[in-house]
Amino acid sequence: MSPRIVVDPITRIEGHLRIEAQVDGGMVQDAWSSTTMWRGLEQILIGRDPRDAWYFAQRICGVCTTVHALASIRAVEDALDITPPLNARLLRDLIGVSQYVHDHVVHFYHLHALDWVDVVSALKADPQQAAVVAQSLSDYPRNTAKQMTAVQQRLQAFVQGGRLGPFANGYWGHPAYKLSPEVNLLAVSHYLDALDFQRDYVKIHALLGGKNPHPQTYVVGGMAIPIDPNSQYAINDNTLQQVRGLLQSGLNFVNQAYIPDLVAIGKSYPEWTAIGGGLNSYMTFGDFGGAQPKRGQTDTAGILPSGIVRNGDLSKVEPVDPMKITEDVARGWYSYREGDGTPLRPYDGETTANYTGPNPPYDFLDVDKKYTWLKAARYDGIPVEVGPLARMMVGYAAGDARIKPLVDGALQTLGVGPAALHSTLGRTLARGLETKLLADQSLGLLDQLVANIAGGDLAVHAGVKWEPKSWPAKARGVGFHEAPRGALSHWIVIEDQKIKGYQAVVPSTWNASPRDAKGQPGAYEAALVGTPIADPKQPLEILRTVHSFDPCMACAAHVIDADGTPIVEVRVQ
Amino acid sequence: MSIVPPAPAPSQTASTANGPIDDGLLARLFELGVDRRSFLKYCGVLTATLALPPSFAPRVAAAVAAADKPSMVYLAFQDCTGNAESMLRARNPDIASVILDLMSVDYQETVMAAAGEQSKQARDAAVGKGGHILVVEGSVPLGGDGYCTIGGESAQQILKKASKGAAAIINVGTCSAFGGLPAAHPNPTKAVAVGDVVSGVPIVNLPGCPMNVDNLTATIAHYLTFKALPARDSQQRPLFAYGDRIHDNCPRRGHFDAGQFAMAWGDEGHREGYCLYRLGCKGPSTFHNCPILKWNGGTQWPIGAGHGCVGCSEAGFWDTMTPFYDRLPHIEGFGVDSTAEKLGLTVVGATAVGFGLHGVGKTLQNKLGRNSDEQSTVDVTDGSTDLGSAGFGSSPAGRDNPDGKAGPA
Ligand code: SF4
Ligand code: SF4
Repeated sequence: MSPRIVVDPITRIEGHLRIEAQVDGGMVQDAWSSTTMWRGLEQILIGRDPRDAWYFAQRICGVCTTVHALASIRAVEDALDITPPLNARLLRDLIGVSQYVHDHVVHFYHLHALDWVDVVSALKADPQQAAVVAQSLSDYPRNTAKQMTAVQQRLQAFVQGGRLGPFANGYWGHPAYKLSPEVNLLAVSHYLDALDFQRDYVKIHALLGGKNPHPQTYVVGGMAIPIDPNSQYAINDNTLQQVRGLLQSGLNFVNQAYIPDLVAIGKSYPEWTAIGGGLNSYMTFGDFGGAQPKRGQTDTAGILPSGIVRNGDLSKVEPVDPMKITEDVARGWYSYREGDGTPLRPYDGETTANYTGPNPPYDFLDVDKKYTWLKAARYDGIPVEVGPLARMMVGYAAGDARIKPLVDGALQTLGVGPAALHSTLGRTLARGLETKLLADQSLGLLDQLVANIAGGDLAVHAGVKWEPKSWPAKARGVGFHEAPRGALSHWIVIEDQKIKGYQAVVPSTWNASPRDAKGQPGAYEAALVGTPIADPKQPLEILRTVHSFDPCMACAAHVIDADGTPIVEVRVQ
Repeated sequence: MSIVPPAPAPSQTASTANGPIDDGLLARLFELGVDRRSFLKYCGVLTATLALPPSFAPRVAAAVAAADKPSMVYLAFQDCTGNAESMLRARNPDIASVILDLMSVDYQETVMAAAGEQSKQARDAAVGKGGHILVVEGSVPLGGDGYCTIGGESAQQILKKASKGAAAIINVGTCSAFGGLPAAHPNPTKAVAVGDVVSGVPIVNLPGCPMNVDNLTATIAHYLTFKALPARDSQQRPLFAYGDRIHDNCPRRGHFDAGQFAMAWGDEGHREGYCLYRLGCKGPSTFHNCPILKWNGGTQWPIGAGHGCVGCSEAGFWDTMTPFYDRLPHIEGFGVDSTAEKLGLTVVGATAVGFGLHGVGKTLQNKLGRNSDEQSTVDVTDGSTDLGSAGFGSSPAGRDNPDGKAGPA
């Protein structure tokens, strides 16, 4: 057996992720996913005002900067039985939906594209020809020969300067790169345009949230941004017009650049519809239904679907039962009082850090023992994949009126069947499709908000339970949010108006999960098995599959404790 | 607040710097896809952010366009990547890319193409040459090396290695500057600031949660223009960005002075842009240029949108400013029984009145030594400032152990 390949740091992700892979015969035989950073937010939240929790939880991740704030607020509202007014729910949905569009565009162009696009090859392109190709793909206004020439010259100047900066040491020229120089050039051009786009589009968060990253207008019970068509200090027609323009710009960019580019990449890499599938079981909580879901339940009436698909069986969609969610720490650097392999529900969770990994600097983890700062999250005892592919799969299986035709159209364009979706490319494709879905729907959400305001409703906050003295002595609740990276839940226990326990089970906890007590691998680990590796020194193919999940490690490894068990000192072997 | 005294110009650049920008340079910029007008506009923005007189714009422009790209090595430890995301929001699109071109960003995990071994080689090569700018996001855990490793090395090991020979360290965000969230009580991983681990390299702290990228680009432009770091307070925060209190530049200040407060989210006062003090605003205790710069290309900022400042650029704010909605910043000279109305009216025009944060008064006294006037007005008592039953807060719902838990700064 050859020594394991180690890729650490996995770059172009959020946070600190390490992959170790056993490669033999030019193929990954086994893989281990490890998160190598931990902050201990569980201890930090205990004893604080539950109304402050969202601000702390938001800092779980600065990339999916809105999602933990929202899940946290919903958990407190669930615990205290607070229904925020419709305006507040719609504002949250608008921030959430625009987060999807922003996040997915950034993922596709800035975190994932370089796995498929050879930047150096773009220097060899004929810019005229690149423009012809680009125009055949879409009517994006910047697909001109002039633009392609300018980008190529800029790249040329950059390369001639001899300082490649962030592009240095890439796997340029790797045999797994297959795009023509012209398509590479147009992709680089759109890479730069997408930088501009995301910067501007995210102004939606500034307009509705005060700033981005980390919008600051969330508040338990509603939103801390007033609405008043007759005030310049509140959301007024001016604000709404600006938001509308930005939402429209998002829809345009997705239709004219993201989707055509995605299709071009998809058509050039058909072999990646047969690589990188993995678990084939999927879970999605659903979201963006406008209406308040029943207490303790996921949103089953949203734009994004809710449900479970097991073992790739698209004939059946099960409803989500939140009480079937558990975590064990058989392979994570924690210990449980009743044994590390015991599956615990989030409300009963424990977080006692117990680092038994090697003393840095180290070359390899001891993957036969504990090897990560993640717990193993499981649904009804099995590992499931969450995220865009899960949402499109569940929506497709359920015959969702919007998702089914969208997916069918894409499959037809690529000339493949639904089974091709269980793959690296399927995941990347699903992310693009749902971006289109949500960019389309975002304007409808804005219309609802405008109509509600026009009807005279200016309420943004339900204030009755704002005062802690109005709360019961004990309460507990769960907040669900279907985040860009997948199903997210925050669980809170409140006692005497303070946080007694807090636990978040986040998308990357599901996807980047280690083996569980039964030895079942997590989603990354399963997906990597069978991945071909042309050159073990340049593991580009590993990046493709791992990036297709859009890892978010700070999210995954914060694991918040429900009962405030003290943390033991870290032991270094 | 006074204008930052510009450092004396190095003589070899003075002639270009003070004269009109030469055409060769503009031609090169044009090749980079930048037109003259937007470039000059951008340098004007930078100059304004730095609080320099407009006559400095050409000099900033010359420095920004200089051929010699310094290397940037960007490390992330116990972080949320919020500062890297903020960096992606650099304003004035074309030019922001020039800023990327302007530095050689040799190691930045969020955007770099290389991974694993190849990325570490890029980092070590850049560090080996020396003279690099080390940008750091996230705190450093001292409670155990296993809490944060990258490529098998601990945060401490990497930081010590990468800071060797660095021209400067720029800490982006409150975590690397002051310990931040991981260092909040009870600081489970014994997280500390970068400055607690590294010595011998000049440090610029750009706290904020996250930092505002305009302050980063301005700091870099200042460094390139004057070959020196901007003037800083005793917490190493540039005066151009952290020289003034939020409260002193807040557009709602007139309402504060007039005793007009929003009392509930969405009430009439809230809709009319009244002061957010009674809803927990920490602007009176916070030094940051948010009201001037705003966020996302000057679009909006938290107080402008309707939520109070939480003091995110202050050391230890996670402990000293919480509970966010119940702990009101102490305002000297008013007893705890003052009603908000009385309080506001009395403060009319009282710009000389100092503010102190209770709970962190002593820290502030030590840290804010740069201006003796202000220091003398900082309140070091730890009295509660519950404004009574008329206020929105019932009682200061403090945590069990609210004191003495400011992160190591
Ligand atoms: S208390 Fe806050 S909202 Fe009021 S004037 Fe001061 S900074 Fe502005
Ligand atoms: S207004 Fe206050 S909380 Fe908001 S970003 Fe500025 S310093 Fe931070």
